[in-house]
Amino acid sequence: MEIKVLGPGCPKCEATEKNVREAVTEAGLDAQVEKVTDVMEIAKYGVFGTPAVVVDGEVKSVGKIPGKDEIKAWIEKQ
Amino acid sequence: MPQDCCAPEGNIMILACSGGSNVGQLSNQAAVELTQERFGRMFCLAGIGGHLSGFVQSAKDIPKMVAIDGCSLGCAKAILEHTEIPNKNYLVLTDLGIEKNKDFKLKREDIEKVKEAIREVCNQEQTSIPMAEAGSGSCCG
Repeated sequence: MEIKVLGPGCPKCEATEKNVREAVTEAGLDAQVEKVTDVMEIAKYGVFGTPAVVVDGEVKSVGKIPGKDEIKAWIEKQ
Repeated sequence: MPQDCCAPEGNIMILACSGGSNVGQLSNQAAVELTQERFGRMFCLAGIGGHLSGFVQSAKDIPKMVAIDGCSLGCAKAILEHTEIPNKNYLVLTDLGIEKNKDFKLKREDIEKVKEAIREVCNQEQTSIPMAEAGSGSCCG
């Protein structure tokens, strides 16, 4: 599983990345988490704002900090 | 291009039908000008119609949005319905008394009329949003 956190680096982006990493650990899943900070790379996902979370190529959240339970629901369904 | 992180402006998403008539193109021109004036930011309705997840999820998660249809066929409205995106503010330009035709020489007075109507519908909605919800879509909180 591949999870990308899109965001150039504001506090909300950092908080999102932290929640994602903790959710992955708590779920006990083997997932690769990558932080994407390059604006041109972020633009390829067509998101209106950041932070955004992408799970296996599908955008799950835009412009807000998803909670760990919400993140677990996305990754455990995959 | 995503909005800059922590940028306070431009968090009203503007979706225009951009259709093949004067009113469709009026919706497009008004969306372009309101974006240039930083009232909001035009977003790609075609991306939502194509069910691309970045576009669909962006529209679902944005707290402030306006959808503009040129005529009562309601293509923008239909796209939002198909993708199960709540239609927060909605405007049909023929309801403003602008007649639909194929004359693409847009009149400045019509563009201004549309822009004012968009501002009005958005301002009405903004005053009714609870503060906690209104702040939920910004990058920095």
